[in-house]
Amino acid sequence: MFHLILFSVFGLICVAGAVNLLLQKHPINSALSLVVVMGSLAVEYLLLGAEFVAAVQVIVYAGAIMVLFVFVIMLLNAGEEEHTEGSRVAWLLGIPGMLAVTVIICWALLLRSDTGTVSLGALPGPPADIAQLLFHQFLLPFEVTSILVLIAIMGAVVLAARPGSEQEAKKEAR
Amino acid sequence: MKPRKTNALPIVTFIIVAVIKIALALFVLLTAVAYTVWLERKVVGHMQNRWGPTRVGPFGLLQPAADGVKFLFKEDLTPPHVYRPLFIAAPMIAVIFAITSIAVIPFGNSLHVVGFNYPIPMQITDVNIGLLVVLGITSMGVYGVALSGWSSNSKYSLLGGLRASAQMISYEIALGLSLVGVLILAGTFSLRGIVEAQAGHFFGIIPNWFIFRGGQFVAFFIYLMAAYAETNRIPFDLPEAETELVAGYHTEYSAMKFAMFFMAEYANMITVACLASLLFLGGWSGPVFGPWELLRDLEPLLWFALRIFVFLFIYIWVRGTLPRFRYDQLMAFGWKFLLPLAIANLVITALIVAWRA
Repeated sequence: MFHLILFSVFGLICVAGAVNLLLQKHPINSALSLVVVMGSLAVEYLLLGAEFVAAVQVIVYAGAIMVLFVFVIMLLNAGEEEHTEGSRVAWLLGIPGMLAVTVIICWALLLRSDTGTVSLGALPGPPADIAQLLFHQFLLPFEVTSILVLIAIMGAVVLAARPGSEQEAKKEAR
Repeated sequence: MKPRKTNALPIVTFIIVAVIKIALALFVLLTAVAYTVWLERKVVGHMQNRWGPTRVGPFGLLQPAADGVKFLFKEDLTPPHVYRPLFIAAPMIAVIFAITSIAVIPFGNSLHVVGFNYPIPMQITDVNIGLLVVLGITSMGVYGVALSGWSSNSKYSLLGGLRASAQMISYEIALGLSLVGVLILAGTFSLRGIVEAQAGHFFGIIPNWFIFRGGQFVAFFIYLMAAYAETNRIPFDLPEAETELVAGYHTEYSAMKFAMFFMAEYANMITVACLASLLFLGGWSGPVFGPWELLRDLEPLLWFALRIFVFLFIYIWVRGTLPRFRYDQLMAFGWKFLLPLAIANLVITALIVAWRA
């Protein structure tokens, strides 16, 4: 019962953080709202029993990725954004479209017979169980994902390194 | 993070015991923070051929109290150009995340109180992913520094905040990887489990600590370097390098808000020292003797405190000895030396464990 109350409270905080992210005008406030979303998601994972995933969620998303977001916002000194009212097309098509997509997704999920409700504390939690899943059952997808990440890193390096910048740096050093 | 069930403790008793433990741990931590400042001023003073604080109380022992009162009663200036909400929140974030990690750190075995049927574990809460919790909380601590730098809306603060966040993220990787070798040898994330894995001796005399096993002194070296960088201490205190940045990210802060950053820094040092002694130095192990069970239960606390003291002393010693790095040297050292070394240590440890199995 206590866990259910906590779960609902953090679910609400999560949604409130997400809405706040959209409403805030300053990028840094939006970024911090996203941190709140990540943090409350971690608590939800924890309540579901996935303690390892919760810890990784905090360390990787809230602790590393979002810090980089904040870092970039600080570095670029991004100012306040202007909010527009949105065009009439967006109001007329966007909202019904969003509702339709939501309904279709929910319907498709409910239609599947093999999805049931998950009880609190039922997900595989201990790191050893996760490791068994990752390195035995899902070894190939895991390794393929790591190669994907590697390619993304190489892409970032290629994009970030301007041609000839290394030689110029050497010239300057002299 | 389910608390490990020792035995069925009635819920009211559990809450009372937990509140007492939290109050005690907080009191000890904050006192330790205050007296680490005193110790630092005293030790650095003697290293530089001066006395350090001597006026307030014997050996200046009441200096932390005087400083605390001074910080509380000073005028709390808020410069007009700051972004107020984050300017006020940043020191709180820093100090909250610095103090929270004490919640999962074990200090000793269980306490057996006469007339109380349940052994009380000397730890606020025992979680089976304790190490990950500490890493997660410390990784959130970056926000305090980064946001204070940004919200102050001044050049020095912004540069300090930028340097701090870049430095802390960079060294967190080396710090995390240096611990993986120990985790492979111990086979658990539970801090209590890691300490239990270091019990006993090998060759009959050398304690079975991880620093002596499987080349983990390399990991200890990496951990030490990364920990200095994580806590923004000399030789890696570039975020607050006073020769270039006045005081870095806390330039615009005064009174208690400044003191909160100070507290956060020293609380982080103590957390780092706790982790080092738990992971590499055998936790609270040491000779335990005495006629009463209560005494035998409390002695490990002393051994644990001794390790933390030694670690903090080395911190201060380094501060009194080394000059500051240049910023590019700091980054190159972290990424080009510590990180490859940590990965090499991880791979070799994994291979040794796999070969033995």
